Amino acid sequence: MGIIKLDGANSMLKELCEHRPVASLPIAGRYRVIDFAVSNMVNSGIGDVGVLLSANARSIFDHLRSGKDWDLARHRGGLSYLPSDPYDGKPATGDLQGLYSNLDYIQHNAAEYILIAQADCVYNMDFRSVLLFHQNTGADITMVYSKAQDDISGNAAVMKVTENGRVTDIAKSLTVTAGMNDFLGVYLMSKDTFVKVVSNGFERGGTDFLLDGIIRHMEEYSIFGYEHKGYVSRINSTMAYFNANKDFLNPEIWSEVFMGDNLIHTKTKDAAPVQYKDTSRVVNCLVANGCEIRGEVENSIIFRDVKIGEGVKIKDCIIMERCVIEDNAMLRNVICDKNVTVSKDQWLKGADNYPLIVAKNTTI
Amino acid sequence: MSKTKCLAMILAGGQGSRLGALTKNIAKPAVPFGGKYRIIDFPLSNCANSGIDKVGVLTQYRPLELHTYLGTGNAWDLDKSTGGVFILPPYARDKGADWYKGTADAIYQNLNFIDMMDPEYVLILSGDHIYTMDYSKMLDVHRANKADATIGVFEVPWDEAPRFGIMNTDAVDGRIIEFEEKPAKPKSNLASMGIYIFNRELLSRYLMADAADENSSHDFGKNIIPAMLNDNARLYSYAFEGYWKDVGTIESLWQANMDLLADEPPFSFNSPWTIYSSNPSLPPHYIGNEARVHNSMLNEGSVIFGEVDHSVLFSGVKIGKGAKVTNSVIMPFTKIEENAVIDHAIVAQNCVISAGAVVTGEAGAIAVVPEGEVVEATDEGEQVS
Repeated sequence: MGIIKLDGANSMLKELCEHRPVASLPIAGRYRVIDFAVSNMVNSGIGDVGVLLSANARSIFDHLRSGKDWDLARHRGGLSYLPSDPYDGKPATGDLQGLYSNLDYIQHNAAEYILIAQADCVYNMDFRSVLLFHQNTGADITMVYSKAQDDISGNAAVMKVTENGRVTDIAKSLTVTAGMNDFLGVYLMSKDTFVKVVSNGFERGGTDFLLDGIIRHMEEYSIFGYEHKGYVSRINSTMAYFNANKDFLNPEIWSEVFMGDNLIHTKTKDAAPVQYKDTSRVVNCLVANGCEIRGEVENSIIFRDVKIGEGVKIKDCIIMERCVIEDNAMLRNVICDKNVTVSKDQWLKGADNYPLIVAKNTTI
Repeated sequence: MSKTKCLAMILAGGQGSRLGALTKNIAKPAVPFGGKYRIIDFPLSNCANSGIDKVGVLTQYRPLELHTYLGTGNAWDLDKSTGGVFILPPYARDKGADWYKGTADAIYQNLNFIDMMDPEYVLILSGDHIYTMDYSKMLDVHRANKADATIGVFEVPWDEAPRFGIMNTDAVDGRIIEFEEKPAKPKSNLASMGIYIFNRELLSRYLMADAADENSSHDFGKNIIPAMLNDNARLYSYAFEGYWKDVGTIESLWQANMDLLADEPPFSFNSPWTIYSSNPSLPPHYIGNEARVHNSMLNEGSVIFGEVDHSVLFSGVKIGKGAKVTNSVIMPFTKIEENAVIDHAIVAQNCVISAGAVVTGEAGAIAVVPEGEVVEATDEGEQVS
């Protein structure tokens, strides 16, 4: 059984995540961040996926619905939503309470193993190799990490892993330097271990699954680290979000993540193919269906149903669903959230290391 | 099952022999169109958008891909517990088995199905036209006229009228006075669109009589409609205004694709009258650094490094560096390698046009590369047509 956690501090994604969890942040032109975790589970043969809900979950319901787009609308198993109940009259302050309040439900599932994934990673990964690793090492808990390519700031956990894969130390951190083992929020353990981690952690007053469930009880479990060697981005800051989108302008990454045997699924929308008009000039861009393009666009990600007028110049931008960029507007280093209208002749410019964010439904 | 007001029956069994290589392995209604769609998406989406949620699809020629595509009808929101899409191939009976011998015979052989659905009206559609139409308005007119049958008609240019079944109608109320199949000297330019609404009882009666007639060719246009007119039945025309295109030939299929590239396309694929289609899980397409794309429609999963002008590209198409694609239709997962040149062509699914190869046709003689073909470059550049 797979469990997807939505929460996770997102203070460094403030403007983009004011009304939505990181999991429902639109990414790569037509996806939401949660699509990667759900699709990876489904593609790895996991037929039961529980989504542990957090505040602002409406966008998650609207996106996942019955789970049909991931083949998870099933007579048996499939998608289930795991709400977080108050305990002793108190609402949840961390993921541990949410998991604890669903423990009965999870225990009734016939699955032998539980795979937990934080919905803030963008990657295409076959979890079956994690299971194989887990069985070969005889670990109680397997945690998936990747070697950081660059220095990253934002919420993270780093791990010390010995040559044979044993995890000797785990620490929460606000920065990761290149070369460190960056934990990807993916755990695999038997259901019995999972129940033990959650009950021990929560019943002793803990709130955080990683800190109070695992780190504080490290000596009780044999923990191994599995290295994910493929592409991955953790969306834990605005810059990480901006860069992850731009990574897909590299056709090799685009093809590794989206065009392999295991496809990333998302809610389908029946948008028509993109219409490029006579005056369009588009280079190094990702363009999603339903768009109509008359202007110039460079190094940018254009989501579904965007209209770009004549004489428009867009460079290094992320333009989300249903935005309208009217004639002769100029945008550089800008993230337009959903349904933004930039009126005629307006100029918007963000800094190279800090994109300007235009909030959802704004008209400029 | 609840009482059905109007049941739609889509004739989707035709071979579409005039589409030649494009329909070697698939039925005409399954032929890709417009960068994302298949021809049958149009009548199916029109049904869904018109509130008709019971649709029989009559298949016969090369049905496997079409059946797979229709699936549960989910793509068109027609996977309903009280209706949906019903796939109707010919089947064996106690006295043997027959192929569908004509449009009327195909419906006749499914009278059991019609009885099962128990509709008041039957809407007959064909699976080879590109148009968006609200059938519920046609049904309203049919009922207001207290008609026995209503035929959708479309004004064609006078010089083309001799190629169509032409309706001569009463100018005032649209009642059909006479039907002429491909008249040499047409008296009207109202062509039948192959869209009929019949009162179900009357349809059953005429189909049974027609089936018993050994001399009949079991065709709606040739037999059923003339027989009804002969009996002075109340036949009305319903004039459709808008874009309507028969895509039964290579030229018309190519032209209909090109029509979509007009600055103001003939109709919108997007809401409110969405054309539904199956949505494969492919990413937004990628336009490379040296690519140039103008006047074109591109679908998901494609990657473009070359030049695309005035063309329609389906999903998963790859255009290599230096390749030039103009005035063409490139169907799903075809690769156009570096420096290849494609002009005035329809390249079907899963083809490879090798580096430097040349495929060019011209208006009136569109080049066609059939499904799965690999076109190699030759020294002087290969010309396929």
